[in-house]
Amino acid sequence: MSAADVPAGDTALGIAAAVRSGTRSAVEVVEEHLTAIAARDGELNAFNLVTADQARQAALAIDERVAAGEDPGPLAGVPVALKDNLCTRGVPTTCSSRILEGWRPPYDATVVERLVAAGAVVVGKTNLDEFAMGSSTENSAFGPTRNPHDPSRVPGGSSGGSAAAVAAGFAPVSLGSDTGGSIRQPAALCGVVGVKPTYGAVSRYGLVAFASSLDQVGPFARTVADAAAVLEVIGGHDPRDSTSIPRPAPSLVAELEAGVQGLRVGLVTELCEGEGIEPGVAARVDDAAAALEAAGATVDKVSVPAAVHGLSAYYLIAPAEASSNLARYDGVRYGLRVDAPTTGEMYDRTRTEGFGAEVKRRIMLGTYALSAGYYEAFYGKAQKVRTLIIRDFEAAYEQFDVLLSPTSPTTAFPLGAKTADPLAMYMNDVCTVPSSLAGHPAISVPFGTDESGLPVGVQVMAPALGEPVMFRVAAALEAAAPGRG
Amino acid sequence: MARMAHITRDDVAHVARLARLQLTDEELDTFTDQLARVLDHARDVEALDLADVPPTSHPYPLRNVMRPDEVRPSLDRDEVLAAAPAAEDGQFRVPPVLGEAP
Repeated sequence: MSAADVPAGDTALGIAAAVRSGTRSAVEVVEEHLTAIAARDGELNAFNLVTADQARQAALAIDERVAAGEDPGPLAGVPVALKDNLCTRGVPTTCSSRILEGWRPPYDATVVERLVAAGAVVVGKTNLDEFAMGSSTENSAFGPTRNPHDPSRVPGGSSGGSAAAVAAGFAPVSLGSDTGGSIRQPAALCGVVGVKPTYGAVSRYGLVAFASSLDQVGPFARTVADAAAVLEVIGGHDPRDSTSIPRPAPSLVAELEAGVQGLRVGLVTELCEGEGIEPGVAARVDDAAAALEAAGATVDKVSVPAAVHGLSAYYLIAPAEASSNLARYDGVRYGLRVDAPTTGEMYDRTRTEGFGAEVKRRIMLGTYALSAGYYEAFYGKAQKVRTLIIRDFEAAYEQFDVLLSPTSPTTAFPLGAKTADPLAMYMNDVCTVPSSLAGHPAISVPFGTDESGLPVGVQVMAPALGEPVMFRVAAALEAAAPGRG
Repeated sequence: MARMAHITRDDVAHVARLARLQLTDEELDTFTDQLARVLDHARDVEALDLADVPPTSHPYPLRNVMRPDEVRPSLDRDEVLAAAPAAEDGQFRVPPVLGEAP
């Protein structure tokens, strides 16, 4: 399904308009989506938890407010699915890990508060690679999520549940988190829109931390306009996140019609012609560039030389930060405790039984990269490479307004294809990690399919706080995408 | 300039202890092989001349972020303790920290 094929009444903006005007009830909308979930989530496993009763109550409250002449907000009655690493007060938040099974957070993440305040209706918590570490949603303690386009294939990851939920029509929009590509890559593999905002543009308060200098929350949607509408609601300064940029959320939906006339688009050589890019993916990126040119943009190749080192730097920095962040899971304050005669043994047994293999791998990789004697060689060097990547992007953005690349080197691969080879799995992130390391925004837009009919995503990157121009280009790509009816 | 060494089985056992993870012999073998391959891949950065490049620890130029020192509600203690594996007298309860259980 191409984003542009979505009937207007099924989009978040279409639903909100109908609910606000009283022509459609929020209760009816939520029941339709709960029915879709009941019919197919047994097969796909997109959700760790469906909060059907709370969703019905929330929808009823929205309808009562409309009946009373109130406006419940810009996302009135819009069903939304939340990645299960976003804290929801009183509702289990597991990170798809045994170590947090059964934990009910005592507070809501800021993004959850803002969605609910805008009238959105939470329908459930979605599956992920444990603690957001993975690119296929196979590293989940609750079993893998499957791709709605072909259930024998992965949905991508780590936000695979949120991507699959939107692609399957379980919710028009969802939230994920992106540390090195965990929103964009599953969006590409599931044929939906996925946005990683500028670092600091969206509050991380209540997002369970993986790698704090990289983590960002962002939306999935079937249309670019819906993704823009959700980002307008969740974005903007939050005093509870000290890394939150002190400015309001930008206006995005109003930008979408501005077109791309005169914009300069750079095709990043290192990410378009790199090793492992499937021909069917590369061909769609070329088509996308041609479509932007036809719409009035100028397109040229550009080199971002340090981008080739992005994967190496990322897989030292992110595990290093993770090893520190995940030290908090010790069986003392929340989640799993495996009893033992002493506190030290309790720590060991709790962490050994509570974490899955990939989380252990990353914790050990990070602990090693930070350990005495290796810090300079690994972590220190990776931080310097990060500087080089930022400099190279700055040079590229002197010549170009946005940059273009594949989102993922491949389309959706079969379940189990890469689980025995962590390095092969990490290669999925080669096109997405450079902008993560730079803290820049990027969006994946569905743009046709490969020769097997599997969705391809094109990535549009922009400089820090460049979301408005990034969304203009995304809207132009969506309008030109193959399959538009 | 420090060179990247090849990670050994002993190194993996050491970091597992530091990270409070217990590994079986089989896991030690598997993880050593897998971590070595990831670290080998990271050797591409070794060839770069980075002597004059400053490190980036954070993508956004941050200074200390201050807020007014005002009293306001924090999380409810009973609610937080209710989520703990064990609590007693308003505190988290843990097994003995030193030595054997009484």
